[in-house]
Amino acid sequence: MNGKVTLENMSVHFGNNHAVKNVSMDFAAHSVTAIIGPSGCGKSTLLRSLNRMHDLVPSAKVSGTILVDGKNLYDRSIDPVAIRRKIGMVFQKPNPFPAMSIYDNVVAGYKLNSRMNRAVADEIVETCLKRVALWDEVKDRLKSSAMDLSGGQQQRLCIARTIAVQPEVILMDEPCSALDPIATLKIEELIEELKERFTIIIVTHNMQQAARVSDSTAFMYMGELVENGATKKIFTTPEKKQTEDYITGRFG
Amino acid sequence: MQGMTVRHIKNHAARAIMLIATLILLTPLCLIFFHLLKMGFSSLSLDFFTQIPKPTGESGGGMANGIFGSSLLILFASLLGLPIGVLGAVYLTEFNGGRFATTIRFSADVLAGVPSIITGMVAYSLLVLPMKGFSALAGAVALSLIMIPIVLRTTEEQLKMVPGTLREASLALGVPLWRTSLKVILVSARKGVITGILLAVARIAGESAPLLFTALGNQFWSRNLTEPIAALPLQIFSFAIAPYEEWHRLAWAGALVLVVTMFTLNLGARLIGRRS
Repeated sequence: MNGKVTLENMSVHFGNNHAVKNVSMDFAAHSVTAIIGPSGCGKSTLLRSLNRMHDLVPSAKVSGTILVDGKNLYDRSIDPVAIRRKIGMVFQKPNPFPAMSIYDNVVAGYKLNSRMNRAVADEIVETCLKRVALWDEVKDRLKSSAMDLSGGQQQRLCIARTIAVQPEVILMDEPCSALDPIATLKIEELIEELKERFTIIIVTHNMQQAARVSDSTAFMYMGELVENGATKKIFTTPEKKQTEDYITGRFG
Repeated sequence: MQGMTVRHIKNHAARAIMLIATLILLTPLCLIFFHLLKMGFSSLSLDFFTQIPKPTGESGGGMANGIFGSSLLILFASLLGLPIGVLGAVYLTEFNGGRFATTIRFSADVLAGVPSIITGMVAYSLLVLPMKGFSALAGAVALSLIMIPIVLRTTEEQLKMVPGTLREASLALGVPLWRTSLKVILVSARKGVITGILLAVARIAGESAPLLFTALGNQFWSRNLTEPIAALPLQIFSFAIAPYEEWHRLAWAGALVLVVTMFTLNLGARLIGRRS
């Protein structure tokens, strides 16, 4: 096991509900791993345990081992706040901060934590907005509300906000499910570019999307990891019958 | 098509009854307002806002000390009550969803229902007795005790309406929960929170009972927090029951000023709440 993120016998319980069951797998650095599976299969739950988002849910319990760069994510000595700076997250629905301008949204990770130098902020805003291909669309109205942007622009802004704090891993929880096909295409192109710098783990409902953007794919069903491997192999010659049924649209 | 069926008649009757109920509801409000305008407006003058009451027998004078005293009491009550109410609400919604929170919520509801004269007695025993004297400070504490549960509950309702996705967005950027609560959740809910605060201020601005054994009232200027201080509602009360025609006129003017202030605060609260 030598991935950026490694799961060993990882389980998540919500009270008596065993939502993710003994999953072991690797997420390779600087590549895109897609997690696919029908609704309720535990894929989002698995993703959210990777930056300790379940910490605030009293009934949630994560067991087994999650290693990030060889260190146990749930070790007592690990500060969840520091971990979330290292492992960023993009959510299903674009969620820019409504009370902030476009500019402030990009540097929110800094501004919410401390004061920052204006020149440094200007540079981060420009670099990050360029990286998500939003700069040309918004450079003349950086001070206007983030809510004035379209859904696709908002989602790219959220990605800019995430990469602004320079994480190593980016988790994406169905980032295109609320977007139209053109906005989706732009996000997918962006993911392709981002993997040069970041390790990306994306949960998606959309199998074509998984096939288009990912290097590896993991198929989950009823909380279990059914099969994972190179995307090309999963989509052409899956080993398990369940995987084949799902990707050919026979169920799910 | 038939003309008026039984169903139509019932419908019209029901509407008429509801309209009458609404009119009955509005009548006292209009009566109060017009009566106050009629009685109080003629007594309003610049003197009312700049002078303190004249000794009995002399004409003129105003309630400047009462207006100033009320403002000071509201200011200090807010300084005490707002941070406790707002931060308490943040704690309840963001940090504690358990039985403790339920207990606090229930206590706040009980506290909000306690008659304000009792609140005054509490402040009396907590501050007036140990300090051996009536004081503006005791009055402010009594008013803040009324304010805290109102602010706590309205703020909590507003914080609950902030979508959880914003909290997650902030946490996912590596912002600690306490900063997220104050800088994202509270800021997002600010309009509703301010509305609640204005309504709480309007509520305590008109309170007289809790001031009876605390701020006590004062015929003269006082800027000292440890001395008794005048307050508009108290002054209205004592002037209205006094046997002098001149004082009655001042009481009417004071009542008008108080009602207009509350009207403005409520209107302001609505306007802020509506803007989105």
